Amino acid sequence: MKKFLAMFLALVMVVGLVACGGGNNNPSGGGAQTNTDGQNNTDGNNSGGDDSQQPSGGSGDGEIVVAFIGNTTGDYAQYGIPVRNSVQLYINQLNDKGGINGKQVKVLEYDDKGDGVEAVNAFNLALDNGATAIIGSVLSGPSMALADATYEVNMPQISASATAAGYTMIDADDPNSEIRTNAFRACFIDPFQGEKMADYAVNKLGAQTAGILYEMGVDYSEGLMAAFEEKAGELGLEIVAKEAYATGDKDFKAQITNIAAQNPDIVYAPVYYGEAGLAITQARQAGLTATFVGGDGYGSIKDYASAEDLEGTVYCSGYAPGTESVAQFEADYEAAYGEPVPNMFAPLAYDAAMLMCNALEAAENAGLEAGTDDYKQAVIDALAATNGVEGVTGSYAFDEYNNPIKSAAIIELTGGNEQFKEMY
Amino acid sequence: MDFSLIFSQIINGLQTGSVYALVALGYSMVYGIILLLNFAHGDIIMVGAYTAFYAITSFHLHPLLAVLLEVIVSTVLGVVIEKVAYTPLRSAPRLSLLITAIGISFLLENGAQLLFGADTKSMDPIVSGNMTLFGASVSYAALLTIAVSVISMLILTFLVQKTKLGKAMRAVSEDMGAAQLMGISLNKTISFTFAVGSALAGVGSILYLCAYPQASPTMGSMLGLKAFVAAVLGGIGSIPGAMIGGFAIGLLEALVSAARLSMWKDGVVFAILIVVLLVKPTGILGRKITEKV
Repeated sequence: MKKFLAMFLALVMVVGLVACGGGNNNPSGGGAQTNTDGQNNTDGNNSGGDDSQQPSGGSGDGEIVVAFIGNTTGDYAQYGIPVRNSVQLYINQLNDKGGINGKQVKVLEYDDKGDGVEAVNAFNLALDNGATAIIGSVLSGPSMALADATYEVNMPQISASATAAGYTMIDADDPNSEIRTNAFRACFIDPFQGEKMADYAVNKLGAQTAGILYEMGVDYSEGLMAAFEEKAGELGLEIVAKEAYATGDKDFKAQITNIAAQNPDIVYAPVYYGEAGLAITQARQAGLTATFVGGDGYGSIKDYASAEDLEGTVYCSGYAPGTESVAQFEADYEAAYGEPVPNMFAPLAYDAAMLMCNALEAAENAGLEAGTDDYKQAVIDALAATNGVEGVTGSYAFDEYNNPIKSAAIIELTGGNEQFKEMY
Repeated sequence: MDFSLIFSQIINGLQTGSVYALVALGYSMVYGIILLLNFAHGDIIMVGAYTAFYAITSFHLHPLLAVLLEVIVSTVLGVVIEKVAYTPLRSAPRLSLLITAIGISFLLENGAQLLFGADTKSMDPIVSGNMTLFGASVSYAALLTIAVSVISMLILTFLVQKTKLGKAMRAVSEDMGAAQLMGISLNKTISFTFAVGSALAGVGSILYLCAYPQASPTMGSMLGLKAFVAAVLGGIGSIPGAMIGGFAIGLLEALVSAARLSMWKDGVVFAILIVVLLVKPTGILGRKITEKV
């Protein structure tokens, strides 16, 4: 009996270890909220990518051809479908208003299934079909693979949602790395959020000391945390406690107690909403009253802790749902697709399409012939020169790494609601 | 580290440990009586947590009523599992029982996923607020948790040592055949054991919700495994042992996390299981059972 018990216990241990090692499957794009139900694929567009589109034969026939490449099927289709919808929405609206200088914009749509190889195949098809600009991809991985291909032929590309630094930089770890000058993005990158919130904590919340709670081994959390820490050092915000937890933990009391002992003004916890809600609940139980500050992973945190405990918590978001600037977009999106805007990918994609079409207009105005090297360069130059263009998610300009310089929406928890506070 | 910080960390550990202890008691009692490692035990906690969640958020029951309902549901579930899955296998080889237990565990987890969805359900904490004790801030939830688990154990000890049913339980665990010959109803006693164990799991589930007010379909599996380690550490089959094991595991976890080693938290817990099995397989308070040939 004892032998059997011992053997069984060994088995249990193996199960336990396997359970501990569960991976983290968060997609690259921040803590975007998903609303997977009711994805209605209203249009009967080709999703395979190998349906041959009619070649447009370049310009001349009054059409500008743009390719959308993104994952509209597969595991993360809840991110790709809103991007595809918003790109369609913007370009349909543009065409209704007469297009670019009287030319209609035609969108070729390719599904990359979230895979880099498929994205490059789609790009080659798009080239054969006369595309003069690329909007895509959606996830960081395929966007980078795609950027490798577009960079070779200097094809203008903009991604709505690729947050990885390596999308525009060939070597993300080297600040002097070669930049893919043709690739732009509409979202802000992870480190940007950390810097922004350090800035906000010092200048708006008047914080002098900060505690940090982050999730070990998760790029998103560690990236934001490192950027916050660096910026805090520059601004003289003292980090008095830095605690971490492992993926899957629900008990942060020990870490919170260590933070509470230092009594910081704020706690920066760049984690996702579920853990953030638990951490805030446990912090209040431990008597830690510091304001919690987070990143866009806090979206919908209101459902994960009590209104009382959350009061005053702030986070930054790429998109402020329900504000005036986005009301029109939200109404249009719902009218076109029969569902509310599901996540922040949709407004970012709308902005990406807008930025690209603005740049195409600049090239058209210069009287260049679509598809030529000069034309592509003109589009890229126009994108790089973007300055103060108002989008749904904020005002756009690009830095030397082709990352947008834009204000973040600061969301504050008041009375159990996520209220837009200000652009910062 | 000053005194108040260490004190806070000890309270943290005792709070987590209390939940482990209550769950470990259920493991220990069931093992003590029919030598079955009831792996569905952790999932009873999960069902209990969902019961409390829906009772409070959807039906707006008073928290006390919700707690009562939750404990009743857990108890009934424990007995139903015993009647449906384990009783028909009482004379089957031990391994069949064990595999059935794992099967029930999967059934409950996946059933919950089907019924309630895979996402985490979050509610407002049942108990909030805190007080200052020895210069450290201690939440009412922590004090309540520790108090409830100690009281539960006292009641349980009384039940086992002083009542007739308790006497029957001890008799069955000592020698099932002889107990039956003495006129003890085997079915009744075993069902009663499951009922008590599951009720404790129900109480543990409420205490869990006080600390982490979230319910998810797989919340019981890790909690169950850790409680199981606690039961083994204390000596499986022993009631005070389960309690000591639970508190020890909870304290250890808190101290490991406090020392900034939270990455190793689970590893340390399972390493203890290895050490116990190698050095003292009967655990701290376990009885040495000589195999009869």
